Amino acid sequence: MPLKFVALLLLCQLIGEAFTVWTGLPVPGPVVGMVILFIGLVLRGGVGEGLGRVVDGLLSHLSLLFVPAGVGVMLHVAMLREEWLAISVALVLSTVATLVATGLVMTALTGWVERRDRGR
Amino acid sequence: MDRDLALVDIWVYLSASPLLHLTLTVGAYLLGDWLFQRSGRRAVFNPVLLAVIVLVLFLVATDTDYPTYFAGAQFVHFMLGPATVALAVPLYRNLPLIRRLWAPILAAILTGALVSATSTVWVAQLLGASRQTLLSLAPKSVTAPVAMGITEKVGGLASLSAALVVLTGVLGAVIGTWVLALVRVRDDRARGIALGLSSHGIGTARAFQISDTAGAFSALAMGLMALISAFALPFVLRWVFGG
Repeated sequence: MPLKFVALLLLCQLIGEAFTVWTGLPVPGPVVGMVILFIGLVLRGGVGEGLGRVVDGLLSHLSLLFVPAGVGVMLHVAMLREEWLAISVALVLSTVATLVATGLVMTALTGWVERRDRGR
Repeated sequence: MDRDLALVDIWVYLSASPLLHLTLTVGAYLLGDWLFQRSGRRAVFNPVLLAVIVLVLFLVATDTDYPTYFAGAQFVHFMLGPATVALAVPLYRNLPLIRRLWAPILAAILTGALVSATSTVWVAQLLGASRQTLLSLAPKSVTAPVAMGITEKVGGLASLSAALVVLTGVLGAVIGTWVLALVRVRDDRARGIALGLSSHGIGTARAFQISDTAGAFSALAMGLMALISAFALPFVLRWVFGG
């Protein structure tokens, strides 16, 4: 794994974290780092093979990375026992509502844009 | 007897070393991933969900507390930051999809982001959930590393968010295509956007099973949802809940 691309990811995160501390904005530092890297990619006009390979390797096991935090749910068993109903109903209703709203808006507007483009 | 004593000694030594819980974390995930592959990649057999269940059962059985576990698992956890930065790359790669459809895509994502956060918080509040639960529920449709960052910023429980995000992902991936068919959303681009927005990476994996078009749109929606939520949700939550 070419080390300089790992260093690049860490550097973007570091600048992102420093930026959020400095500005006091309630935005996660790594997301600011993501924006910095994104702007870099746009300016450079491409991802490049080396960075692409490092990123694909890292992201291919992205879900492993949230296992440790997920296990932390064992700390909240007492609270979950009291609130499981509210949480489950909210998850189910909201997921259905989100799917429907997003899907319908996208379908309606895509249809509209494509009819307009054909009309030209 | 002597041999039993030796085993206890080894356990005492290993359980105090971060190596044991680091190895177990990776091992449990590999086991989860193996079961997921064996099931024909069905969303209900989510590797993270399986790994978390196995690990929690193990920790309870061995009477290990979370800080002891985390001393080992933190090395995996630490990679979340660089991985979040790395999400810029798939977002950049999927950007060409936006060109002609930027208006529908942005409108759908803004609508979805708004519906997702407000409907969860509203329903959970009606049913008497605590403030901390509401803060941890709000980013449930955002990809886990970013959702945890948002929750930390507003004083919720990042670990609860991680679990809720995975559950939402599994739920959306299992019921997504069925719900969308019910409201006659059949276009692959719309199905992809809806799955990626509501169910992040797990929904995106499901969308790739529909078609490559659905998968690409899903990945795009997941990236944009993460960006918009990270920059808007902390402010909205602070404004609504104080903080």
